Amino acid sequence: MERYIYLILLPLGGAFIIAALNAAVKSRDTRDITSDIIANLITLAMAGIALTSFGINGSYSVGGWPVPLGINIAADGFSILMLATVNTIAFCATLYSINYMDQYTSKSHYYSLFLLMLTGMNGVLLSGDLFNLFVFIEIASISSYALVGFGTEAEELEASFKYMVMGGIASTFILLAVAILYSSFGVLNMANISQAISVSSQTPLLKFSLFLFIAAFSIKAAIIPFHAWLPDAHPAAPAPVSAMLSGVLIKTLGIYAMTRIIMNIFAADVSILAPLGIISIMLGVLLALGQTDMKRLFAYHSVSQVGYIILGISLGTPLGILGGLFHLVNHSIFKSLLFLNSGAVAYRLGTRELNEMGGLNKVMPITGGTSFIASLSIAGMPPFNGFFSKLIIILACVQSGHPGFALWAVAGSILTLSSFMKVQKFAFFGKLAEKHKQIKEAPLMMSISVVILAVLCIATSLLVLPKVKNIVLQPAVDAVLSGAGYAKIIR
Amino acid sequence: MIYVMCLALFVVGLYGICCKKNLIKIILGFIIMDYAVNLFIILIGYRKNGIAPILDKTMDVNKFALSSVDPMPQAIVLTAIVIGLAVTALMVAVCVRIYERYGTFDITKIRKLKG
Amino acid sequence: MNDEKNISSGMSEVVKTVCNIVEGFIFVFGCYIVLYGQLSPGGGFAGGVILAAVFILIMLAFGKERVLKIMPRKRGAFIEALGALSFLAVAWAGLYVSGIFFKNFIPTTAASHFKLMSGGTILIYNIAIALKVMAGLFLVFFVLSITRVILEGDKLKMVKKQ
Repeated sequence: MERYIYLILLPLGGAFIIAALNAAVKSRDTRDITSDIIANLITLAMAGIALTSFGINGSYSVGGWPVPLGINIAADGFSILMLATVNTIAFCATLYSINYMDQYTSKSHYYSLFLLMLTGMNGVLLSGDLFNLFVFIEIASISSYALVGFGTEAEELEASFKYMVMGGIASTFILLAVAILYSSFGVLNMANISQAISVSSQTPLLKFSLFLFIAAFSIKAAIIPFHAWLPDAHPAAPAPVSAMLSGVLIKTLGIYAMTRIIMNIFAADVSILAPLGIISIMLGVLLALGQTDMKRLFAYHSVSQVGYIILGISLGTPLGILGGLFHLVNHSIFKSLLFLNSGAVAYRLGTRELNEMGGLNKVMPITGGTSFIASLSIAGMPPFNGFFSKLIIILACVQSGHPGFALWAVAGSILTLSSFMKVQKFAFFGKLAEKHKQIKEAPLMMSISVVILAVLCIATSLLVLPKVKNIVLQPAVDAVLSGAGYAKIIR
Repeated sequence: MIYVMCLALFVVGLYGICCKKNLIKIILGFIIMDYAVNLFIILIGYRKNGIAPILDKTMDVNKFALSSVDPMPQAIVLTAIVIGLAVTALMVAVCVRIYERYGTFDITKIRKLKG
Repeated sequence: MNDEKNISSGMSEVVKTVCNIVEGFIFVFGCYIVLYGQLSPGGGFAGGVILAAVFILIMLAFGKERVLKIMPRKRGAFIEALGALSFLAVAWAGLYVSGIFFKNFIPTTAASHFKLMSGGTILIYNIAIALKVMAGLFLVFFVLSITRVILEGDKLKMVKKQ
């Protein structure tokens, strides 16, 4: 269990070491290089720790205090799956930042904030205590607010402020809901509250707190009536941060926390979320069709794809949850890849307008190729991971007696395909504009990072094989399905 | 009754965020909302005629536990206040930068983004 | 404008004199709050805020030149990171020494209860937090105060002054 401590300790320590170096070292080049090295080593180590810890479940009492008194760190299948995803994507994003962040002035501040955001996310995934969940959500959110406004241009600041107000309201809701739970049961430990709720009746106060939680996490996950901040905030951030935000942050803070609290603590019925998922799928993709800004289009697709995940999880059947979680992993991989690609294009071209691109496959073959793979994955084409997860979700819809949902999901998938054909046609195929003839391929580290993600896009489709699935996905599904059985994690 | 007043304060803050057009007033609304929640948490641990949860040499532990207020919400509120401080400071900093760029605090004039 | 000059050179003579007398006392009081945090109300955060108030007071009364002599921005940022790092280091030392993260590994005896050293590692945590909060809060105040609105023509304009 000690290994999970390091997932929080390493990025937090790294963030402050980089901050201290930033203050102590005078020369800017030395500062940049050392922060590059430190951040990449830390994320590499964390990806290593997270990827090797499948199957190591348990609970750890911090400070040696037994559970209802002290706080604890708890890991089950679901959190381990999420940890592996988050830390892998984080490693790719930091690798990518080595070259990409050269265009900004203060690289070391960026790494500090990035590692703090990572601390927050790992903390959310590992926390076994409701108030600590809130604190880690806030750590991740506050650093992401700062990262969204990192370029300090007018649009970025506006997006950051919008995100901050929405996120602030969500956090206040979470705090209020936690306070209500504490007033009802007198404990903050998630396992103990789960036990207490399963024996008590559903009072109006508990229902109110569940409502607050759902509203708050819907804002954080950008499910459709609460999505207003996402299409502004995600494009405004630097590309690796967009990849982190769209790829893993909305899932950790939104979907993971929501699933954990609704399914494991309240053990409540989640079918109310299915219509929200459907609305997100359709509206997200319809809004995306009209966009010409590359990153904005991807951001709307995030709303749509999160709808698939919510739809899968809200079916409540083992197959539906399997599909939802599988799509969660897949979406974090291909959406980060798409955002990193858009960053590479913007790095060389200086624009994100689709109308000004064209024929980029000739000058940027790696970026073009990987983004082609990612586009096919997100649209659900057979050899890639997106196909399998969408297929499982659609099958689960039919199996659980909601063929209408399945129809909408298929329609959303077709619209996604058409939208990404548009991206491919405008940006990477077609005629190369005369002024873009001199453009080179993206720098080495950026290319390595996108190639890793593209390989993962194909490799994760192997997760449907029963042998791999039983190690990686099945424990997560079991953990979600076990409902109030989560309480068993504390001995 | 006093819980209802807490909720009223919360709603006042929410109203400020939703309906005001000035950035500073939005921030104030956020602060009010934050403090309503903090007040609520403090009230959870309150006990009528309770004593401060500080153990002294002269006190008996059992008697102390019967008469002191719950220290846990106070610890929570302290943390929540620190988090609120961080968010508020960041909000104000961004707000100042927005003023630099746009020259106004009016959100109806800050409209470079569509969504 | 006229009042800009006044701000940069600080407030009136009365304020400066009183500030000179009071600042030491406030500093000592802040240290007391930090050190006795585990025994009485207070602790790292509250004490750190009081310590930051000393710097803010000096800055308000004398202008930022004098406070930058004591605490330049780089030094503030370094102290802040140092505070956080030492907090983490002590937490990790718990893992290293006694095998449990955040373990209070400094032994305390019943005889030492209600004395200064009875908290074990809590005292070190408090000092670390105080350093972090002091530098952090001061820097927040400082960074927010270096932009200033001035009247340029008939338009308000914001300038940044280093």
